[in-house]
Amino acid sequence: MKNTWIIAKRDLGSFFSSPVFYSVTTVFLILYGIVFFILLNSFSFASFQTHQLRGADIGLNLNEMVIEPSFQQMAVILLFIIPLITMRSFAEEKKSKTFALLLSSPVRLEEIILGKFLACMIVISLMMLLSGYSIGYLVFAGQPEIGPILTGYLGIFLMTGCYVSMGLFASSLTDNQIIAAVIGFGIALFIWFIGWGAQAAGPELGQILEYLSLITHLQHFLKGLIDSSDLAYYLSFILFGLFLTHRVLESSRWR
Amino acid sequence: MIEVEQLSKSYGPREAIRNLSFQIEKGEVVGFLGPNGAGKSTTMNILSCIMPASSGSVKICGFDVFEQSLETRKLIGYLPETPPLYSDMVASDYLTFAARLRNVPSRKARSAVEQVIEKCSLKDVSNRVIGRLSKGYQQRVGIAQALIHDPDILILDEPTIGLDPIQIIEIRKLIQDLASSHTIILSSHILPEITQICKRVIIISEGEIVAVDSLESLTTRLRNGERLILKVRRSDGETIEKLRALDQTNAVVEQETGQFTIDCEPNANIQDAIAKLALDNNWGIVELKPASMTLEDIFLKLTLEENEVKP
Repeated sequence: MKNTWIIAKRDLGSFFSSPVFYSVTTVFLILYGIVFFILLNSFSFASFQTHQLRGADIGLNLNEMVIEPSFQQMAVILLFIIPLITMRSFAEEKKSKTFALLLSSPVRLEEIILGKFLACMIVISLMMLLSGYSIGYLVFAGQPEIGPILTGYLGIFLMTGCYVSMGLFASSLTDNQIIAAVIGFGIALFIWFIGWGAQAAGPELGQILEYLSLITHLQHFLKGLIDSSDLAYYLSFILFGLFLTHRVLESSRWR
Repeated sequence: MIEVEQLSKSYGPREAIRNLSFQIEKGEVVGFLGPNGAGKSTTMNILSCIMPASSGSVKICGFDVFEQSLETRKLIGYLPETPPLYSDMVASDYLTFAARLRNVPSRKARSAVEQVIEKCSLKDVSNRVIGRLSKGYQQRVGIAQALIHDPDILILDEPTIGLDPIQIIEIRKLIQDLASSHTIILSSHILPEITQICKRVIIISEGEIVAVDSLESLTTRLRNGERLILKVRRSDGETIEKLRALDQTNAVVEQETGQFTIDCEPNANIQDAIAKLALDNNWGIVELKPASMTLEDIFLKLTLEENEVKP
């Protein structure tokens, strides 16, 4: 565990000293800010209309109309942003030959992979924290339900873990950061699309595909539901991605 | 301290090294010599646990590099051919990271870093970003990284490659200083370097060991027959004929007027006969000496012989 943290700390240092992190974070915050603004605007417009039409003060549901869709949009933006964060993890180490330092040190491969995973998760959590002004404002100005917000963040966080473990896998395949990012997008989008395929497929296959899709599982969290099957799905997804990464790195030593 | 037995490694169908066996004692400085692509880096990567061998075994201080990889790695400091430097890090931060990674406790990391900075004369650049340093300083940071946990064994893969002559001299001096307290394995395709630093050489060519020996005995052992150089003041057409007529001479060549190289059987001891001949004929001897073969000659000879054997 100590070694994991040593590696994560170095990676964090290199994130914060590179322009990639700052540009990615800026783009993320701007995109999310726009989405949030639009959602909030249409909410206030809708509530103004209902107020006028019905004449009574019927509050529209802030959670349903702003918070839930804003989480959904955040999930989409993260899908594009995370491969850019994870792409360098192994590709850069291999390109600059620094991986030899890690491999010749008394550190297990698992610790290296977990260290990289941890660093990416911390970076993305930081980005989410910076975007938290939006929900924070709503909590301050309106009366949203707190429960679904917390579970929503948990869901997004778990989904981020899936993206990161896929991204790390993509990065372990190559020494080229761009290829790593492209493969990362590819896998992430593929798993995203599986959910759409579920509607077209037959009842049995459809159910399987729906279960495999990342987005189906997020819905429950956004509604304020923590289902053990969703937790199991995300955690096993993350572990599977890290396992594949381990296999790729281990086998590349043998070749 | 290091025992290598029947070590082989293939990359797909291509065999990088074949059945290497050698031993290295504690405190030795061993040179690993061979042309590019001979399998030096592959061997060093296996020794430093970066990749496993296809077959054979390596034991370092009794630890198997494959079975007890983590223990072995603690004993080794490794400088790969390309120094593993994070170009965006400050040198001292990088060394601290390397120290922590090599299990130096965080309390001692600072003093370990200070020590290697001192040893490798990095004081002036320790606060600078590695990517901006000159190649020579980067190489030093690379060596410092290998030294940080004060390992028993240092494995240096081509430590002077790509440096300018002054930097090369500095790095060699640094390695010589380290030789007193560490077992060092050094690879190079530059011969003078090996002659200067190492006491024992392992010559490797096309993945196989061609010779393992100390420098001196290698020079003597491999002198296939002996060669003498004779310089005289007066010589005429008959001189060369008379030399050829001597017993046990194989070939006599006149390099320039009055200078001959005489190839003779091993241990022929014909110096007396030559001297007598010269006196009798009043040639006026200036010089009669054995021609010593440089490591360069031996290296070429060994690696070429190896090629000749192949169809």
